[in-house]
Amino acid sequence: MADGQVLEFTDVAKRFGPVAAVDGLTARVEPGAVTGFLGPNGAGKTTTLRMLLGLIAPTSGSATIGGRRYRDLKHPLQTVGAVLESSSFHPGRSAAAHLRVYAHAAGIAASRVDDALGIVGLGDVAGRKVGGFSLGMRQRLGLAYALLGDPGVLVLDEPTNGLDPEGIRWIRRFLRDLAAEGRTVLVSSHLLAEVQQSVDSLMIITRGHLVYQGGIENVVPQDEIATVVDADDREALRRAIAAAGFESDERRTGLAVRGADAPTVGRIAADAGIALTALQRKGPAFEEVFLELVSGTRVHPSAENGEETR
Amino acid sequence: MNLVNATRSELSKQFSTSVWWVLLIVLVLYIGGTAGGMAAVFAAGENGSLPGTTSLPTGLGDRLPSLIYGLATAMGYVFPLVVGSLLVTGEYRHKTLTPTFLATPRRGIALSAKMLAGVVMGLVFGVAAVGSTVAAGGGMLALFGVDPQLARPETWAFLGRMLLALVLWVLLGIALGTLIRNQIAAVVGILAFTQFVEPIARVGASMVEGLADVVRFLPGAASDALAGDSIYAAMGGGASQSLDWWAGGLVLAAYVVVFAVIGYAVSWRRDVA
Repeated sequence: MADGQVLEFTDVAKRFGPVAAVDGLTARVEPGAVTGFLGPNGAGKTTTLRMLLGLIAPTSGSATIGGRRYRDLKHPLQTVGAVLESSSFHPGRSAAAHLRVYAHAAGIAASRVDDALGIVGLGDVAGRKVGGFSLGMRQRLGLAYALLGDPGVLVLDEPTNGLDPEGIRWIRRFLRDLAAEGRTVLVSSHLLAEVQQSVDSLMIITRGHLVYQGGIENVVPQDEIATVVDADDREALRRAIAAAGFESDERRTGLAVRGADAPTVGRIAADAGIALTALQRKGPAFEEVFLELVSGTRVHPSAENGEETR
Repeated sequence: MNLVNATRSELSKQFSTSVWWVLLIVLVLYIGGTAGGMAAVFAAGENGSLPGTTSLPTGLGDRLPSLIYGLATAMGYVFPLVVGSLLVTGEYRHKTLTPTFLATPRRGIALSAKMLAGVVMGLVFGVAAVGSTVAAGGGMLALFGVDPQLARPETWAFLGRMLLALVLWVLLGIALGTLIRNQIAAVVGILAFTQFVEPIARVGASMVEGLADVVRFLPGAASDALAGDSIYAAMGGGASQSLDWWAGGLVLAAYVVVFAVIGYAVSWRRDVA
């Protein structure tokens, strides 16, 4: 059952009256990786995810899971698990009863209820009413709901909201493990720091538009990264670097080498027998690039391509 | 298969919180208590053991048992109506429509499952309502020497029609719930309409020429017609003006269908944000 599926957004758009919440978004989410869905509040993340899950009807375009719309899935909960909001519970129902309700609806064996509660660490409170649960416990129960059908796709909207640092670390590890099993994991967040260290690839959205998609390592373009290096004999170093085929320009703190990372420059110096006094990577910070993408002052080619395929 | 699973899911929703049995206990105490009390007073009046009962309608004779049993629908219908509306408005109130639609993405199946679960809830509440009027009311009648008429097939047909009416009331509650999504508004609206607006309209209209033709199509009047007898008829609503039992059933069912179709179209299919 744990088959990761490709999620595909094809020019999907949603207008609420005059407001375009999502405006022609085209993107693809691959299995076997954790994909971060990043954007400021109000960028259209939740609307996009809800369109994928058939809860919101797109104005135009489509969002599919393994080529099918959500409502055409034969076994939705066994295909996609979703965590959307922390308050989707009847307070008077026990955790186990809450899951049993949806296990019935999806034709999932009742034994999975205990499994799912065990996985998220709620096995001991299965019989307790959800009304008395802390926010963190509710988040875990939401995750248990998503895992009920052992789905190959997991879609999580801001799953770390309200979790303590320990809980956040736990969920990160957990999502990585699920992706390592070959599942598709799409997790949204408005916090850059949140996804920066826990995802493999990224979709960045702002005002309903996709502004980046691809691996997290490509967010900062390679040609903007320079290695700044210095030695007591700066002129000898400059010659060695030029001989290796790299350009460098002189700065107050040393030589800025374009197109070569720190290990490469270090090796060049070592081969030339030059002792370095400084060696560091210089380039725009990830956060800087992210903010420029979001504000529109920077345009990444991965998003331009998306526009052209219209 | 989907529909069967979705219906099981709806039923497990109903029976996994305490609302159903709290309402059931209130219903049995309220309807059973009223039926027992009325049966005692009327039966005492009938056989003359209670002096000074001239202000009560007398000479009910044969109609007395069905009048008492009829309280199950005449008074009791508000319970299945509330149960039905809670079946839908609870989802909006606790935002559980999201997990519900994720598990059952086809909205038509989700609503049909609620209707089927509503039939079961209607039978549960219907048996409780009819059972408590028969047990308490019939018991009191027998105690005062009035025949509770439980040997007559007509009585059982009457009880069966009441059961049908109570099932239809749950379905009407579900249909109304899709339209009035706010739980408090739905319950207050139901109580206001059933306890004040319609009773006043029915009693009032019976005194105005021509209006009686209209009020007999009100849901409560249709329900009484379906059951066959009620306290309103005895209080001068005029049994002759009421619809045939099958027509009453069709009118009540028509309310269900009309509200369900409107609710499905304008509300149930909407985006869940």
